[in-house]
Amino acid sequence: MQAIFNKFLGGKSGAIELLILSALIFLLLPATLDIFRLNLVGKYLTYAFAAVSLVMVWGYGGVLSLGQGVFFGLGGYCMAMFLKLEASDPVSTARQTTPGIPDFMDWNQVTHLPLFWVPFHSLTFTIIAVFVVPTVFAYIIGVTMFKRRVGGVYFSIITQAIAAILTILVVGQQGWTGGINGITDLKTLHGWNINTNSAKYILYYVNGVLLIATIMLCRYVLASKLGRLLLAMRDREDRVRFSGYDVASFKIFTFCLGAVISAIGGAMFTLQVGFMSPSFIGIVPSIEMVIFAAIGGRMSLVGAVYGTLLVNYGKTAFSESFPSLWLLLMGAMFIGVVMFFPNGLAGLYDTYLKGYVSKLGAMFSRKPVGQQA
Amino acid sequence: MSKKEMPQGTAFQSEVGAGHPSSPLRRKLVTAIAGIPLISASGLVLAANPPTAKINTTKLAVTDTEVTVGILHSATGTMAISETGAIQAEKLAIDQINATGGVLGRKIKVIQEDGASDWPTFAEKAKKLLEENHVAAIFGCWTSASRKAVLPVLERDNGLLYYPTFYEGLEQSKNVVYTGQEATQQVFAGLDWVAKEKKAKTFYLIGSDYIWPRTTMKLARKYIETVLHGKVVGEEYAALGSTDFGSTINKIRLKKPDVIYAAVVGGSNVSWFKQLKAAGINGQNQTLLTLSVTEDEAKGIGGENLAGFYSAMKYFQSLDTPRNKEFVKQFKAKWGATAPIGDVTQAAYEGPWLWKAAVEMAGSFDTDKVVKAEESGKISYDAPEGMVYLEPNHHLKTRLRIGKWRNDGQADIVYTSDYIMPNPFPKGY
Repeated sequence: MQAIFNKFLGGKSGAIELLILSALIFLLLPATLDIFRLNLVGKYLTYAFAAVSLVMVWGYGGVLSLGQGVFFGLGGYCMAMFLKLEASDPVSTARQTTPGIPDFMDWNQVTHLPLFWVPFHSLTFTIIAVFVVPTVFAYIIGVTMFKRRVGGVYFSIITQAIAAILTILVVGQQGWTGGINGITDLKTLHGWNINTNSAKYILYYVNGVLLIATIMLCRYVLASKLGRLLLAMRDREDRVRFSGYDVASFKIFTFCLGAVISAIGGAMFTLQVGFMSPSFIGIVPSIEMVIFAAIGGRMSLVGAVYGTLLVNYGKTAFSESFPSLWLLLMGAMFIGVVMFFPNGLAGLYDTYLKGYVSKLGAMFSRKPVGQQA
Repeated sequence: MSKKEMPQGTAFQSEVGAGHPSSPLRRKLVTAIAGIPLISASGLVLAANPPTAKINTTKLAVTDTEVTVGILHSATGTMAISETGAIQAEKLAIDQINATGGVLGRKIKVIQEDGASDWPTFAEKAKKLLEENHVAAIFGCWTSASRKAVLPVLERDNGLLYYPTFYEGLEQSKNVVYTGQEATQQVFAGLDWVAKEKKAKTFYLIGSDYIWPRTTMKLARKYIETVLHGKVVGEEYAALGSTDFGSTINKIRLKKPDVIYAAVVGGSNVSWFKQLKAAGINGQNQTLLTLSVTEDEAKGIGGENLAGFYSAMKYFQSLDTPRNKEFVKQFKAKWGATAPIGDVTQAAYEGPWLWKAAVEMAGSFDTDKVVKAEESGKISYDAPEGMVYLEPNHHLKTRLRIGKWRNDGQADIVYTSDYIMPNPFPKGY
């Protein structure tokens, strides 16, 4: 029991890391920020899911996916479709040529709900879809690529191409997807108004719990035999294969896991921000997600969360203070990090802080510090 | 002091001052005369500077001397090139309003935010302006997507947006004033004009692939087929940002339409017009009417690639009226002689002025009261484009103009319509 729990927490120092992160998310930030800022942090934390998924896929799995936005978008769109259908009841859409269908369909001369939209009337189906759709999509990509031993740069380029293709598809099929505008004007979740302040608080906490749970799940995966295999594969794929392991299957599993994690972030994004648009699926947002993970440290699950928070906070703060200069400042920050802290925030932590944290951990344990040494 | 002045002064004093030192009538007169400016001044202060508690009951960022508004456009990213003009126009209008005493005696302070050509960022920044800065109004957005992203935020926080772009219609929010034209205002009069002036019967429709061109072309097709009894010989949409119009141009050469009716947007316009010219299609041998080329785009396309083609807009920089000449002069003085003024730039300039008129009519900054004033149908403004009237449906009653492009990137206005009522929800289309 204890051992399993330890696996989820990632050992003593892992537990402390999680504790600090939880304190930040659940206590410090809500206590110090007004609801507007907290909602912003909530939005950043949905990106953190994507960054965490990249730590798994890229940091540990060794394959750099430049299409993580695709899964973020798939999760987000699934949720948005449900919310949009709820917002498009015949009464509130009475002004349309065809009442009862989403407004953008009406603008695009679609006169009946497309078949694939129909099941999204059900919340249960939607939640299942948030998990299943990205998994299936990732599985197909994974099988076609990893079974043929496509890896490294080729894999990155192909995922990037998929991101581009999907964006073009979503933008082009605007009668079905809302095109470049995306799916907007989302109001209620099963009758619960998601735009009120209390809803924003609740969604923020739900998001926080899901994120911590996700990190724990990833820790568990990494602490298991599979995690060690992942590391081994990343460093010497051939030897693992010669040892009789089915390398491709492990990679597919990790890739699918990353897809689901990303998709949860997307669904939470839609709920907290109130819309979904193709600007999350494309190449640029996918690369941004890689940057979040890189700034945080690509081998650190918790670091990815901090990296996401830092980069997005920087974006917001710089752009508020310097509306036309801020992109240059962001660029300078990225260059600075790569030049001076190649392992990101987690690298800084390992070099300067980890010693103190493990001492702190030792203090809490029964053994005195001296004996442990 | 010269010798000449001294006796005059003395004479004056002896006549008025020394002659009747204690006349009660004079004293009354003096008090009255001295009082006039004082009374009227204090009266002015009272009228222009009503107590803040009375004109702002909803905790907006209004002090006794200042009112804060937001400007929310893309200063970075792909849309920056278009939205810069709008930012400049809004700042110019605000400077001018401040120079003439502000709004209800308050000087306007601007908080500018960058939407970064990214719709979620627009929503985030609108939220920040409303919930943190409590701005009394926002001037901003350009693309429909950015407006759609901002709309729920406006409705939730009961904010005000002045939106300057010509757009597809099919929308009316009490929180938005649309200072650009909606699609019916831009389409019908222009089509009437080509049908009459160019005896056009066959039309080729081409646009970028998103909501505005598609909705606009839907209206155009119906109007061509049912009202003008013409024929649409082709309808095509190119992906946003597309730069290859080769196959479209081949089809156009094959079909030989009387009119190419175009709504290609943004940077795609540059390749579209250059490729037309390279294919030998130009203003001399082909009528082309576009809905999406303003002076801003003309600068990028190059006048020589555009000369002889037509644009349907409510405003052109070359508009020959004293009011517009004054506006162009002021704009260039502030932003440089080469800064182009397009349709949307002028519409953006109208925003702060219309807001000022509505606030002063309402006698309050409270959104609900300002909205009521806006919906009264009594607000009009002598804009550079001419008088505009704010209709109860939050859109402007304006005219449509057809401009024929010249080599220098300016347009000759060849047609001005009557006033057109805005009709964002046209029946039967």
